[in-house]
Amino acid sequence: MTNPLKCNLCAKPATVHLTQIVNNKVHKVDLCEECAQTKGVTDPSGFSLADLLLKASLNPEPTAGAVRCEQCGFTQSDFKKQGRFGCPACYDTFRDMLAPMLEGMHKGITHAGKIPQAALQRKSLYDRLTKLEVELTDAIRSERYEEAARYRDEINQVKQSFAQKPQR
Amino acid sequence: MTISSLIGTSSELTDSTSAKTAIVLMTRIRLARNLAAKPFPGWARPAQRAEVRQVCREAVAASSPMKRALSVAVEDLGELEKQILVERHLISRELSGATQGSGVVISKDQSFSVMVNEEDHLRIQILRSGFQLKKAWNAINELDSSLEADLDFAFSPTLGYLTACPTNLGTGMRGSAMMHLPALVIGGQMEKIVRAVNQLGMVVRGLFGEGSDASGSIFQISNQTTLGESEEEIIKRLHSALQSIIEHELNAREKLLEADAGKVFDKVGRAYGILQNSHLLSSSEAMNLLSLIRLGVDLGVFSDSYRSVIDRLFIETQPGHLQYAQKGQFEPGQRDLLRAERLRSEFANLSRPDFTFASPGKN
Repeated sequence: MTNPLKCNLCAKPATVHLTQIVNNKVHKVDLCEECAQTKGVTDPSGFSLADLLLKASLNPEPTAGAVRCEQCGFTQSDFKKQGRFGCPACYDTFRDMLAPMLEGMHKGITHAGKIPQAALQRKSLYDRLTKLEVELTDAIRSERYEEAARYRDEINQVKQSFAQKPQR
Repeated sequence: MTISSLIGTSSELTDSTSAKTAIVLMTRIRLARNLAAKPFPGWARPAQRAEVRQVCREAVAASSPMKRALSVAVEDLGELEKQILVERHLISRELSGATQGSGVVISKDQSFSVMVNEEDHLRIQILRSGFQLKKAWNAINELDSSLEADLDFAFSPTLGYLTACPTNLGTGMRGSAMMHLPALVIGGQMEKIVRAVNQLGMVVRGLFGEGSDASGSIFQISNQTTLGESEEEIIKRLHSALQSIIEHELNAREKLLEADAGKVFDKVGRAYGILQNSHLLSSSEAMNLLSLIRLGVDLGVFSDSYRSVIDRLFIETQPGHLQYAQKGQFEPGQRDLLRAERLRSEFANLSRPDFTFASPGKN
């Protein structure tokens, strides 16, 4: 072999080759002796290929410009350093960077589990309330009093359903 | 409730005898949750962390499993108290190292614990002794749903529960079982098992999680992926992986008894002798000896009633618990003296091993 495989983490020749199958997808990692040791690949008590793949995928320089989360100011290079996001909105901000990473990391890329029904219901009520209040102010300002009365009734209804919701 | 009363009270892990099984010591599930529109703990400013902690601690403490719970800020805990909580699997090492704005709420029976501002705003955890994945899921699901009534969780219809680290996305759920696998270790098959388990998308770790060693032949096996499957599917998959590890361990025990009973009996007999007579025991030696006695119980060499004694000692011979029992500082050398003394007295009345009817038994 004239061109031996190089370690995915440093540039030394790779001597440890690891294959893991998650959801019928094959993930391969080539490592040198040293990196394999430090990453615990040879240690039966604690090794996760997903963690390693995550870190390896963080290594290449980001090609996109300095994307910054509007909500919390987190940047792509912060993610490179920490492997964690800054806030929930980061998942929207860094969607493009995240998508290819998720495929290697999980069984699928779409949530198939529990949905926080109560919280989502509360949010949609809250959104509706906010919208109605804007429209009420609007209607009063332009002296459309009949409409305003209707908005006010609706607002009261929404507020009531908030109050009725059992807390637990 | 205070830490000292918590240590004095009987708990799910140290005192439950009802669901003891030969191979699975305990089942654990944790859910990662975050509040919508708040920065994750690692990125939040101190004031934001403090605000999140207050909101979360109030909501958690008001939930029904947390009646008369212990709710503390991490900065109010001493080093020893933190170590004890880690040894009881009630907080993580990461939380015990947190400096400001973190906290934990622990139920009176110590089966539920909710860490606040660890890697995520909330890490909800349930511990059950024995192999009880489904029951554990039902119980933690109920607590999670009740918290939802007060807290707006960060959630996306496509990505599920949003977590600080993308490896926890989706369900945010990690289910795990603590398994005692002495025959697979003695037979040198553990490496093969670890590889097979990895291929099923499960992770194997030592007793105290990432990077910890597997002294006492105790391993933690958990699901690796959290997105793309429902909680029930993950639990089903984990359950069948665990079931097959149990079968491998039972087969390995059978083979050991067939091929080399003398070797196994020698190990168990020596462990008995050392535990009854030694005066210096390191933590990892003690774990390994306890593991052999537990194997002896499973094989019918010792009385069944010792299984729960051993499971309690796995925890109570850890450094923090020994130091607490001693009520004061002492040198590491003295710790090994104390550990040996404790174990001598615990095993003084254990009757001699009877190898005549040894059999692999059932789980």
